[in-house]
Amino acid sequence: MKPAACRTWAASVQRRQRLRPFAASQRTLCGLALAAALAAQGAAAEVIHRERSLYQTILVTKQASTLCLQFSQRRMQRKQSCLDQRRPKEMALTYTKMMMAALLLNPSPSRALIIGLGGGTLPMALAALHPEADIDVVEIDPAVVKVAQRYFGFTAGDNLRVHVQDARVFTRRASQAGPVYDLIMLDAFGADYIPEHLMTREFLREVLALLQENGALAANTFATSKLYDHESVTYRDVFGSFFNLRLRQSGNRIILAGHRALPSLMTLTARAKALAAPLAPYGVPIQDYPARFSTKIDWDVGARLLTDQYAPANLLQGE
Amino acid sequence: MLVHALAFGGGFVIMSLELLGGRVLAPYFGGGIYVWGGIITVFMASLALGYLLGGKWSLRSPSLGRFAGIFLGGALLLYPLVYFAEPAMNRIFMAVADPRYGALAASTLLFVCPTAMLGMIAPYSVRLLVRTKEESGNVAGRLYFISTAGSALGTLGTSFYFVLWWEINTILNLLTGTLLLMGATALVVSRLHR
Repeated sequence: MKPAACRTWAASVQRRQRLRPFAASQRTLCGLALAAALAAQGAAAEVIHRERSLYQTILVTKQASTLCLQFSQRRMQRKQSCLDQRRPKEMALTYTKMMMAALLLNPSPSRALIIGLGGGTLPMALAALHPEADIDVVEIDPAVVKVAQRYFGFTAGDNLRVHVQDARVFTRRASQAGPVYDLIMLDAFGADYIPEHLMTREFLREVLALLQENGALAANTFATSKLYDHESVTYRDVFGSFFNLRLRQSGNRIILAGHRALPSLMTLTARAKALAAPLAPYGVPIQDYPARFSTKIDWDVGARLLTDQYAPANLLQGE
Repeated sequence: MLVHALAFGGGFVIMSLELLGGRVLAPYFGGGIYVWGGIITVFMASLALGYLLGGKWSLRSPSLGRFAGIFLGGALLLYPLVYFAEPAMNRIFMAVADPRYGALAASTLLFVCPTAMLGMIAPYSVRLLVRTKEESGNVAGRLYFISTAGSALGTLGTSFYFVLWWEINTILNLLTGTLLLMGATALVVSRLHR
């Protein structure tokens, strides 16, 4: 968001406050609940938007100059997307930065598919880095699209389209046209409910069928619970060897894969060096990532594959 | 006693099947609310049809043997689902662009026949147990109680445990097997009492 846009945004919030006195008290209440939840972190955030959509509770919180999108009230620590209005380009969440590591597998994508919009951080960054690229975003919840536009400066355009539908329906339909994308990002997982049909071998095969020969896939997955084992086994079955990117400060694990053999550390390092300058405004420490890429099998290889026939992801996450 | 047990089993199978319906459809039509809307609509309409047919059929010399036929018929209609669901949904997916109507069409094709058959159980079991006009309400009430308790247990078992233990098709085959077993039991008992 540009400074001018920030001012407009602040003014619109003030306007709403004046027009809706009840909303202000409601906000204070929510703010109190949130403050209690955040007490451990020693800071208070204010809820500036709260909405119950068809699929989830959407919260937009504000703490100092940072806006965050959350899909649940219970797990406050789980943020989907954040935006520091003073530095609108910079990615505030570690996992979002980690997703950008996909560019190490394909540095110049021309057609990208992003599943799960969130605050729109990833598609906006990609569109800014590669203005000529064609980007499709699939988001099931129309309310999320509205919130991304209203609070997080997301704007669709000719090269950046949002499809409001179930991702499985989209990939099944799109995969009939053959491999059309050279970059695919899977980021469709909320805090409380996991779409189980987007975790199966069959779904990943459809995704692979959409990926061009030189294409790269980045998937945001669970780093904890039994799901780590099940997801690892399933991705391995479909993609073969993949890069695992885990960082201590993040509860997420990013899987990076493609059709071809994985690039060597030398290639990755060279690409990281070239990407360092363009990615600097986004705060992505791209040059740190190649050394963190792991191909080590650190999961239980006996874990059951997730398939359309067997996909109790939500139950497995609790175990 | 036997009729009560069969009504319980019928209720169990119906709700287990309904929950599995969501999982069967999700890979083609997604996991949205409209998929559940399509499934529940079809199950309600099929059960309604089944109640009507079951009541009509109970007018023609009702017997435990004929009652067994409902369960065997249900098994027969349920069994092919494992084999034709995929190709059928593929065709519907290609033909219908809107996933809402795709989900509705697929639920209709997959679930109307077995569910309507299972819907016949309730009115038919009322006919088998009612002796006098005075007790008819009590008998029907107890049957609703037992078959709905079966439905509750079928819902819980399927969503909490079965999907964690077994594949969808395995559970469907177990449901078919349960219907066969119940039908066979009723048939054997009806022969013994002749």
